[in-house]
Amino acid sequence: MNPTPEERRARVVLVDDHRMFRAGVRAEIGRTEESGIEVVGEAGDADQAVTVIKAARPDVVLLDVHLPGGGGVEVLRRCADLIAAAQDPVRFLALSVSDAAEDVIGVIRGGARGYVTKTITGTDLVDAIFRVAEGDAVFSPRLAGFVLDAFASSEAAPVDEDLDRLTQREREVLRLIARGYAYKEVGKELFISVKTVESHVSAVLRKLQLSNRHELTRWATARRLV
Amino acid sequence: MTTATPAGAAVDEAPVRKLYRSAEGRWLGGVAQGLAGHLALPVSWVRLVFFALMPANGLGVLLYGVFWFVVPLGAPQQAPAAPREAGAPARRRLPHRPDKGQVIAFLVLAATLGVLAGNVQFPISDGYLWPLLMLGVGAAVVWRQADNSRRAHWAAATRRSRWLPLLRSAAGALLVSLGVGTFVLGRSASESTENLALVFQASVAVLVGIALLAGPYLVRMVQDLSEERTMRIRAQERAEVAAHIHDSVLHTLTLIQRNADRPREVARLARAQERDLRAWLYRSAEGPEKADEKEEQETFAAAVRATVAEVEDHHGVPIEVVCVGDCPVDEGLAAQLQAAREAMVNAAKYGGEGGPVRVFAEVEGRTVFVSVRDRGPGFDPESVPADRMGVRESIIGRMRRNGGSARVRSAPGEGTEVELTMERAE
Repeated sequence: MNPTPEERRARVVLVDDHRMFRAGVRAEIGRTEESGIEVVGEAGDADQAVTVIKAARPDVVLLDVHLPGGGGVEVLRRCADLIAAAQDPVRFLALSVSDAAEDVIGVIRGGARGYVTKTITGTDLVDAIFRVAEGDAVFSPRLAGFVLDAFASSEAAPVDEDLDRLTQREREVLRLIARGYAYKEVGKELFISVKTVESHVSAVLRKLQLSNRHELTRWATARRLV
Repeated sequence: MTTATPAGAAVDEAPVRKLYRSAEGRWLGGVAQGLAGHLALPVSWVRLVFFALMPANGLGVLLYGVFWFVVPLGAPQQAPAAPREAGAPARRRLPHRPDKGQVIAFLVLAATLGVLAGNVQFPISDGYLWPLLMLGVGAAVVWRQADNSRRAHWAAATRRSRWLPLLRSAAGALLVSLGVGTFVLGRSASESTENLALVFQASVAVLVGIALLAGPYLVRMVQDLSEERTMRIRAQERAEVAAHIHDSVLHTLTLIQRNADRPREVARLARAQERDLRAWLYRSAEGPEKADEKEEQETFAAAVRATVAEVEDHHGVPIEVVCVGDCPVDEGLAAQLQAAREAMVNAAKYGGEGGPVRVFAEVEGRTVFVSVRDRGPGFDPESVPADRMGVRESIIGRMRRNGGSARVRSAPGEGTEVELTMERAE
């Protein structure tokens, strides 16, 4: 969909407790080997994952949310130094069969740069991996919906800090993503560049991680997530 | 092994740490052992604390007694129980031949009680002290017996004498009755007047005696019952999951096997099953009140999801739905739902080849917005002949008649998107 001629390379670690699924993903993204994804490690539980990730220092970790030994959130917690590293940080892309709000919000708060469900196609997954590797956020329509939902009531409650509120533009971007638009289509629709779309999405992600006081707390409490 | 539901995960991760008295290597009631295990401290420390507290007006004894009474005897732990059964038959006779520790514990207890009796000024005469002491010893015997019978209950293979427990119970009962009897008789001998008060006191004494005798068994029974109830609830939940999986999942898998050569049908069955299982899992995780809410009034988001499910099942095209916000369904929204349904059917029929159809519904303030989008071949809206009524009447016309608006955006090769906007009534 986005045939960039430039040489794109990404080293990836797969973390999933189902070996069949790992094999499937490996085959799926191995098929597009010309685009340069190299699977440098695999792990089946949280402990193993941390060891493998620290040893391999990949660009992107495809992380299952439900894992034996604490789940994806635990892996993110123990790899916090790698995520925050100034040089070559390890980016995490959550890949889960679940699209339940608590799972999504949990790993995003944990520091994952994106969230896709296992129904994603191979080409979309490759695209998402590169997007995350380059430091952008990947939002599935479903995730965009959750975020909109989370910030939906912010108009009603007066919020003193702008930090926690989505700007009108960010909201529009999210709304289009939730409607199933690709980033490129969002850009076309709003007359902005794809890069701008990506920076809006990254801003949303940052707010999602930081907004631990107002809407999100209330929203999470209402759903008994915290 | 993935964690099934969030609720289940929470239960597995943080089991409630309950305090149990230990039956293994205990000196008296196993309180110190149990506390030590619970607090992760050496047993000797806990025992020392109890001993140290004993001279303080018998506080240690009092505390120990309270713990003995309230805390249930240890649940049978698999790990320590097994080696004991197999490897150390000598320790089985521990209750028969008290070891040095037990003797010391009893001695300390007796000494403390002696000191107590010597130091504390009882405002009662000897005529009451002895019956009371007798009562106490009898009750203690009965209570220990209750512990032992409970232990024998879960350690099924007890080869101890059958008479000993009976004998002990009888001895305890006898002591308690004797104590009560002496108490009543002693009082009646000293004060032969005031019959009414005497009868009252006698009945109170008898009641106390009965309570002392039956108390431990009652307490243990209540504890056993609550334990059994949790087990039963757990078993029920498991049975419910099993039944649901049997009814729906296995059934679907069978259908899939039978339709293996028809990929469209297989995909349809699998998607329907996936949605069903998801809904079931999350509803049971979210608790019963959510289910009630759904029964009493259908909300817009739920209605959109239901419509999506229906169209998806009927046309075998995957539809992904995202709902933001929610509100009750009024007349206008019902019309919007019907229009959306029509749009979904169109998308499934003509645009389903290019990937999943996407439905987005948003309630924001008073505006309700629904978008149905497919990635099919698309068409030029201008070129649709005037006599084609599908889109014009059932979508655009319906929305307009009910005070909303509809917009169809499509271009050849770009898919089709139908946008429906409606204002809520209130």
